[in-house]
Amino acid sequence: MTENAIALGRPDFDVISGWVQPNERVLDLGCGDGSLLKLLIATRGVRGWGIELDNAGVLAAIGNGINVIQSDLEVGLSGFENGEFDHVVLSRTLQTVRHTQRIIEEMLRVGREAVVSFPNFAYWKNRMAVMAGRMPVSEDLPFQWFDTPNIRFFTIADFDALCAAMRIVVRERMVLDDKGNTVKDEQNFLGSLAVYRLARG
Amino acid sequence: MSTHSVGHVTAQSARFDEPLTLKSGAVVPAFDLVYETYGTLNAAGSNAILVCHALSGHHHVAGYSDPERVKETLGWWDNMIGPGRPIDTDKFFVVGLNNLGGCHGSTGPSSLNPATGHPWGADFPLVTVEDWVQAQARLADRLGIDCWAAVIGGSLGGMQALQWTIDLPDRVRHAAVIAAAPKLTAENIAFNDVARQAILTDPDFHGGNFYRHHTKPARGLRLARMLGHITYLSDDQMAEKFGRKLKGEGLAYGFGVEFEIESYLRYQGDKFASWFDANTYLLMTKALDYFDPAHASGGNLAAALAPATAKFLVVSFSTDWRFSPARSREIVNALVHNGQDVAYAEIASSFGHDSFLMKDEQYHAIVRAYMNRIAV
Repeated sequence: MTENAIALGRPDFDVISGWVQPNERVLDLGCGDGSLLKLLIATRGVRGWGIELDNAGVLAAIGNGINVIQSDLEVGLSGFENGEFDHVVLSRTLQTVRHTQRIIEEMLRVGREAVVSFPNFAYWKNRMAVMAGRMPVSEDLPFQWFDTPNIRFFTIADFDALCAAMRIVVRERMVLDDKGNTVKDEQNFLGSLAVYRLARG
Repeated sequence: MSTHSVGHVTAQSARFDEPLTLKSGAVVPAFDLVYETYGTLNAAGSNAILVCHALSGHHHVAGYSDPERVKETLGWWDNMIGPGRPIDTDKFFVVGLNNLGGCHGSTGPSSLNPATGHPWGADFPLVTVEDWVQAQARLADRLGIDCWAAVIGGSLGGMQALQWTIDLPDRVRHAAVIAAAPKLTAENIAFNDVARQAILTDPDFHGGNFYRHHTKPARGLRLARMLGHITYLSDDQMAEKFGRKLKGEGLAYGFGVEFEIESYLRYQGDKFASWFDANTYLLMTKALDYFDPAHASGGNLAAALAPATAKFLVVSFSTDWRFSPARSREIVNALVHNGQDVAYAEIASSFGHDSFLMKDEQYHAIVRAYMNRIAV
């Protein structure tokens, strides 16, 4: 992890940084206070916009000098034209979205590539928790079952299958453990967080 | 945070003797603009903010004009502007003016036409948002302001801010476009035309030259304002504030005031008709109708906004049905399409179009956060 990503506690940000080029147009869905965009602008020289629904997030993003657009994620993309962005990012949010396929389709409509990160439900510690009879609570799944914003629980293998079914090309996949270290082998077992770079076939 | 009003303010007037050719081709030979300023222009001239007014607004934006009647004479956006307020006069030099065609001291239909010695009346040409920007630029020149740190406005005022970024891109660094739209819809124009018809068909209108008959079309202006006022409020707010409440004890089975809402609207109409000029009202509604910066580029708003180099703050309000959030999103989407800098907040508010004048915590926090970002 770079110092920036360590400070933010978001190892996936480093992966995403590595996938964007200077002057690219990046749209971050669910951008919160704009931390990722701020990092990408400072370290990669991108041109960034974010979509955020929450009042506190929008206010913080404006304070951070971010081009934040207050909107619901699922309707927010409809106003954008095809291919307006080089990268459309959805970090740690896909599991909270009801219309999973529609949001991915929309991301790949307005963007040349989509970058998606999500917690891997099949991570061995999560499996252990379920084996022990409890829903997992971890670094990447930090919520109790009764107050989680997550409504879709899926694994790396599940997501691969969905991409194949939707004829989406996985250009790159990075998998991290709960310390933020890269996982090369047995990713669906040893990986806590997955980051995908997707494109239309 | 302690905030206070800018205090007692006095209007100033600037005279412009060079003729101004309007978009219509008409020429205003010379004109006065009445304005107020708050705060201090810094040595670099880099902290100036222009506040543009809406349909019935004017130069008296903040502070009070009469220390004996502070409450009654507060500016129309006093809650937004002052030391420690979202538009902080400790940081910024704020300019508010009455637009050309207005009725608060700037040259308009009720001013004397030097050619005749009578009020301009029907002879005053219709002005557009583009014309206002040109007139405002002359005021900027006069005040020694090469480039505004920001041009800010709500409703028709937001349209002026938008037009500034298109017409004079190197003279505006930021634009705050609040409760506005990139053009009026047929429904918007329809409401405006009914309002105009109320004035134009009032027998006291005299073709716009009512001044020489020592009368004014108060009935028409009253109706126009009543209609307009309905479009500034929200259904929710009206239901909450008035509902079906009656003014008296039970129904009277007549056409007098029975419901609270009738009483309220009539009061608002009467009050407005007592101080606003009917010709200015006509002119302002026409400026609204004509506003369509994308027209010249075949309706392509992004193309129209392409020359803009300003950064934008766009704000809309959830219950504003006159210029709904979707209209603001048209502006936002066009800016994003161009790769331009824009922040957009949609404020949950129950006050309809008038929300932009209200003190709302999130709204004011957003404006404050954006204004804090502006380097001076």
